[in-house]
Amino acid sequence: MTHQFPALSSGQKQELQEIALRIVTPGKGILAADESVGSMAKRLNQIGVENTEENRRQYRQILFRADDRINSCIGGVIFFHETLYQHADDGTPFVKIIKDRGITVGIKVDKGVVPLAGTNGESTTQGLDGLSERCVQYKKDGANFAKWRCVFKISETTPSKLSIEENANVLARYSSICQQHGIVPIVEPEILSDGDHDLRRCQYVTEKVLAALYKAMSDHHVYLEGTLLKPNMATPGHSCPTKYSAEEVAMATVTALRRTVPPAVTGVTFLSGGQSEEEASVHLNAINNCSLVKPWALSFSYGRALQISALKTWRGHKENESAATEQFIKRAEVNGLACQGKYTGGGDSESDQIFVANHAY
Amino acid sequence: MPHSFPFLSTEQKKELSDIAQKIVAPGKGILAADESTGSVAKRFQSINAENTEENRRLYRQLLFTADRVEPCIGGVIFFHETLYQKTDDGKLFPQLIKERNMVVGIKVDKGVVPLAGTNGETTTQGLDGLYERCAQYKKDGADFAKWRCVLKITDTTPSELAIKENANVLARYASICQMHGIVPIVEPEILPDGDHDLKRCQYVTEKVLSAVYKALSDHHVYLEGTLLKPNMVTPGHSCSQKYSNQEIAMATVTALRRTVPPAVPGITFLSGGQSEEEASINLNAMNQCPLHRPWAITFSYGRALQASALKAWGGKPENGKACQEEFIKRALNNSKACQGKYVSSGDKGAAGGESLYVANHAY
Repeated sequence: MTHQFPALSSGQKQELQEIALRIVTPGKGILAADESVGSMAKRLNQIGVENTEENRRQYRQILFRADDRINSCIGGVIFFHETLYQHADDGTPFVKIIKDRGITVGIKVDKGVVPLAGTNGESTTQGLDGLSERCVQYKKDGANFAKWRCVFKISETTPSKLSIEENANVLARYSSICQQHGIVPIVEPEILSDGDHDLRRCQYVTEKVLAALYKAMSDHHVYLEGTLLKPNMATPGHSCPTKYSAEEVAMATVTALRRTVPPAVTGVTFLSGGQSEEEASVHLNAINNCSLVKPWALSFSYGRALQISALKTWRGHKENESAATEQFIKRAEVNGLACQGKYTGGGDSESDQIFVANHAY
Repeated sequence: MPHSFPFLSTEQKKELSDIAQKIVAPGKGILAADESTGSVAKRFQSINAENTEENRRLYRQLLFTADRVEPCIGGVIFFHETLYQKTDDGKLFPQLIKERNMVVGIKVDKGVVPLAGTNGETTTQGLDGLYERCAQYKKDGADFAKWRCVLKITDTTPSELAIKENANVLARYASICQMHGIVPIVEPEILPDGDHDLKRCQYVTEKVLSAVYKALSDHHVYLEGTLLKPNMVTPGHSCSQKYSNQEIAMATVTALRRTVPPAVPGITFLSGGQSEEEASINLNAMNQCPLHRPWAITFSYGRALQASALKAWGGKPENGKACQEEFIKRALNNSKACQGKYVSSGDKGAAGGESLYVANHAY
C-alpha cells in the first residue's frame, strides 16, 4: 500500500495520454460501430435486411466511406472484432481506411454480460480471460483504444452494493490490462434508462456508481490521464411522467460528473442509450453550455444516435448507399458542433425514440 | 443504495456552498489560529513567553486586529477557548472577525489516538456529542470547522486500516457538520517525517485522497459545501534529494487532479514544517502550474503565517505593532501566492526562512 511499483514507464504514460487526447480533440467524438453480431441482428431486422457477414460488411462500409467531412468531427471509431478484419469492396482493410483519415481505431473487448447470482437480475461483464494476449494482438492489428461495457439498472432494489463493486472492479481490471499494452481503455458503466425513476434518482445512482468506479481505478493503479469515461447522461427513466428540459439534464449530468470524475481523466464521451439522434445532440450541446466548470472534454461516443437515419435510408439497397452515408455525415457534423456547445439547430433528422427495453448488447 | 434520502434542503446546500466560496474567494485563504493549549505551549516556549490564558488572548488579539488583511483572509480557524475570548474593549473575537467580513471557523476534533496493532498509526477522536457541539458552535458564530487526521510514511505505513479508518472518521465528521450549516474542512495530513522521495509522497497522497473521497461519497457528503486541507506533495524531511518548487507544484497538482472531484470548491494547503517563505513560494508555483485546476488553490496556514509575528512579539506588549506588521506581510504575500502573483523578494522576515519542522508533529 505504501510503496509504489510503477505499472507504466513515462514513455508508456505519454503514449496513452496522447492517444486519449487525440480521440477527444476539440470538436471530435467517437463513432461506436462495435455492435455485436446479436445487436446487428436487431438493427438489420428493423430495416428488413438479413444479418449476414457480408451485409454487416456492406453496412460498415457505408459509414467508413464517408468523405473528409468527418475527419474534423470523428476522433475514433470503435470496432467489433469481426469488423477489424474486414475490407472495403476494393480490398482496403477497414482499419487502414480509418487510420489513413487520422482517426484512431478502437476495439470492443468485453464478452457480454453474465448474471450475478443472488441479485435482482443484475449482471457483471466477462472477458478478462486471455485479455492481455488479445490486447497484444489488437495493438499489432491497429487498435489504440478499447471499450468495455458494464450495465446497471435502477429499480426499487438495484443497483445493489455487490453489483456496483463487482462491475467497478472488473472495469478497473480491464483498464489495467489494456494500459500495459499501450491501449487506452474506455470505461463504460452504463446505467440503463429503463424505469419510471426521475432525474434526481438517476443522478444519485450515477454519482454512487462513478465514485465506486474511480476508487476501483485508484486501487488498481490505473493511469487516469490515459483513460476515457463513457457514461450515461443523467436522465429520467423512460416511463417517468415528469418531463425535463435539456438544461436540466445537462445540469444533473455535469453535477454528477463534477462530484466524481477526477480532472485527470482526459475526456468523457457519452453513450446515447435510447435517446433519439436529435435528443442526443441537443443534450450534448446543453452539457457543453453548462455554466459549471468542466475540466474534461465532454463529447460523444454514439452508436444508434449516429446511425439510425443512415440505417433507415439504406434499407439494404445499394442505390441508397450514398444517401445513407450522407445521413451519417450529417449527424457526425451536428455532434461535432454539439461537443463544442455550438449546435443551434433543431433538425429534420430522425427523432423517433430509439429506446429498446432492457438493452443488453 | 439505489435510493437517495436527501437530508440537506436546497437552501441548506446553498448556504454551505456560499460559505465555502466566501472562504476561498480570489486572493483569500485561511489563518489557522486554532493551536490547542498544548501546541501554544511549544510556540510560547520558543519565545520565552508564559503560556497563560491571558497571553493567549493577547496574542490572538494582535492577529485579529491587524489591519489591511481583509482582502487576504477569508476565514480564521479558532480553538474552542478562543471562540469565547474578547478584545480589550469587550468584543467577542468571533464577532470582530465577522464584522471584518471573515468567516469564523472552529477546530472540533479532540486529537489523535493510537490504532492498536499498527506501526504507531493513529485515528482522530471527537465524534461523541459532535452533533450537539456543532449546533452550539453555529449559534456562537462558527460557519466552518476543521478536523485533522494524521498519516505517516514508512516502509509499512500508511496501512490499509489507517487509510480507511481516518477516511471514514473524516467523512462522519463532515456529515455531522453539514447538518448544522457548518462547512467541514477535511484535513488528511501526511507528515513530512522520513527520507522518502517526492514520488513516494505523491503516491501515498493519491491513495489517501482517493480513499477520502470514496468515504465522503459513501457518507453522502455534499462536496460543494466542503474544503480540503491536504499536505503539499513534498519529499520527506530527511530525503537527500532536492527538488525545485516547480517539481513540488507539479507533483502536488497531479496528485490532486487524480483524486479531488471538481465539485470541491477549494483546496487550502497546510504548511506542515515549511518555512513561511517556502510555503508562499510553493503555493505560488502551484497557482502557476500549467495543468488545469478546477478548484481554488490557497492556504490554511498556522505556523507559516505566524512564525515571524510570534518572534517579533516575544510576549511583550510594546512589540504589538511589530508583531502585526510581520503577520500582515505574510498575509499579503500569501494572498498574492494564491493568485500566482507572488514574487519573492528574498526578505525572510524575522523567521521567514527558518524551517518550522517539528518532528512527529501531533498537535
